[in-house]
Amino acid sequence: MDGNKFDDALTGEQKIRNFNINFGPQHPAAHGVLRLVLELDGEIIERCDPHIGLLHRGTEKLMESRTYLQNLPYFDRLDYVAPMNQEHAWCLAIEKLTGTKVPRRASLIRVLYSEIGRVLNHLLNVTTQAMDVGALTPPLWGFEEREKLMVFYERACGARLHAAYFRPGGVHQDLPPELIEDIDTWAQEFPAVLDDIDGLLTENRIFKQRNVDIGIVSEQDIQDWAFSGVMVRGSGLAWDLRRAQPYECYDEFEFQIPVGKNGDCYDRYLCRMAEMRESVKIIRQALQKLRDEPGEVLARGKITPPARSDMKTSMEALIHHFKLYTEGFHVPAGETYAAVEAPKGEFGVYLVADGTNKPYRAKLRAPGFPHLQAMDHISKGHQLADCSAIIGSLDVVFGEIDR
Amino acid sequence: MSDAMNELGAYIESKRPDCVISWAVTHGELTVEVTQAALAGFVEFLKADSTCRFTTLVDITALDHPESDRRFTVVYHFLSMYQNHRVRLHVPLREADSIASITDVHPSANWFEREVFDMFGILFTGHPDLRRILTDYGFRGYPLRKDFPTTGYTEVRYDEAQKRVVYEPVSLVQEYRQFDFMSPWEGAEYILPGDEKPE
Repeated sequence: MDGNKFDDALTGEQKIRNFNINFGPQHPAAHGVLRLVLELDGEIIERCDPHIGLLHRGTEKLMESRTYLQNLPYFDRLDYVAPMNQEHAWCLAIEKLTGTKVPRRASLIRVLYSEIGRVLNHLLNVTTQAMDVGALTPPLWGFEEREKLMVFYERACGARLHAAYFRPGGVHQDLPPELIEDIDTWAQEFPAVLDDIDGLLTENRIFKQRNVDIGIVSEQDIQDWAFSGVMVRGSGLAWDLRRAQPYECYDEFEFQIPVGKNGDCYDRYLCRMAEMRESVKIIRQALQKLRDEPGEVLARGKITPPARSDMKTSMEALIHHFKLYTEGFHVPAGETYAAVEAPKGEFGVYLVADGTNKPYRAKLRAPGFPHLQAMDHISKGHQLADCSAIIGSLDVVFGEIDR
Repeated sequence: MSDAMNELGAYIESKRPDCVISWAVTHGELTVEVTQAALAGFVEFLKADSTCRFTTLVDITALDHPESDRRFTVVYHFLSMYQNHRVRLHVPLREADSIASITDVHPSANWFEREVFDMFGILFTGHPDLRRILTDYGFRGYPLRKDFPTTGYTEVRYDEAQKRVVYEPVSLVQEYRQFDFMSPWEGAEYILPGDEKPE
């Protein structure tokens, strides 16, 4: 309300103006450092202007002065909820330009860990979205499972989060047989945990009141606002890069693509729950294949290090190792765009190489960026309280949006 | 894959010969070079044409080639979920040139164009709200240009006396480490003293 015009409250018409508030950057429901400038008419959102960039680290600029291999760990720090899926896109881009063929076993391990990443991401998203709308128990249950998965990360590569495990030409090291069995044990137990979370949330009255018919996305919105991933599938379009433009060896796995019907926050939640079950199926198939097919995990050649045992006997191998980790490998000039179906949507790398050991330009296409951009469009006309439910179901992580 | 892309490239060129400068298929990806003036109409054609149906804008970015006459190349990626194919557009620009915004055709271009403006300083005419997006409020310069140093020009710290964050010129304790790993047999553009070849 305009304070100056308050002298005659009974006869004169009061001038009412909209109320502007800041949501974040330190709000627990903002999923990181998001600042929303909201224009409110009463409790209805009239305009929503996201201010991003508070976590901008200049990754793309830094990448231009580092070698291809040195750049790989930056990808863990983009979407830090599912680190290996990002590395995957980078490796695919390099492999495309250099024409490297990834060994079969490495390909299977990549699929396995990409799906573990998907479960990691969806567990975090589903449960924190529940927290945003008032439930406290789901995150505690979900994070227990995430913890187990991070141990699998750690046992494969030594780091819980910043893995740097996928390398151009394969993966860094082979998985020990015990790890494969342990992941299998987990994959058998996990659906029961999902059922528990399901029981907590799916038919929960409050959860449904906060999510059903909130933030509806239509097919037109999907095209206009460049959505991908669950944002598309929640509205009934069965678009999944794993199926539509298969990369790695996803074409030989059996899995369903769950789709929603109404395109609201609740359907997106259901999609994510169903996707986790599908991921478990892929994980179990990949494990079975890994048991049956031992072999190399790195394409031995210019872009990968020599085997440790060779280095002890061969001078050339030693020189190669030294040159690879100092100068790095050279990528032939050219440009390519490699995309993967990251848990949040299409994560792409546009790589321009100029024939040296450093990328000339690398553009990271984060799925969260266009999703958050549509925040104004989606939240217009909703209540202020719906804002946090919508942000939760957009699945934004600022590591990748701000880069 | 490449055959279909070749077909699509030929189709696009035959439909819009005035817009397309050239096209090529590399690594199974179609790249079309488009003139700056024709861009907006061309994007609309790509979206509406039933064979193309590039309804999703995947990405907009730019490349900086300071040594070239046309310094910038704005790069667009499009995807068709209906036809399941992708295309990449290259639009070469001079440094002083601006380019038409495509926010009318693809509303999602809004932030992508803001980011390109923020990072490269390329102006998009007709953009509804061309503000900086990723860099700090009041930031100066265009970080992804090749002549912008990686360390930047200013640094911030909290000043205990003034009780606020202050901006200062960047001062590095140690020089920014930029090693030259290139082998002198392949990569070096300089000649080591004493290594000159006799005429």
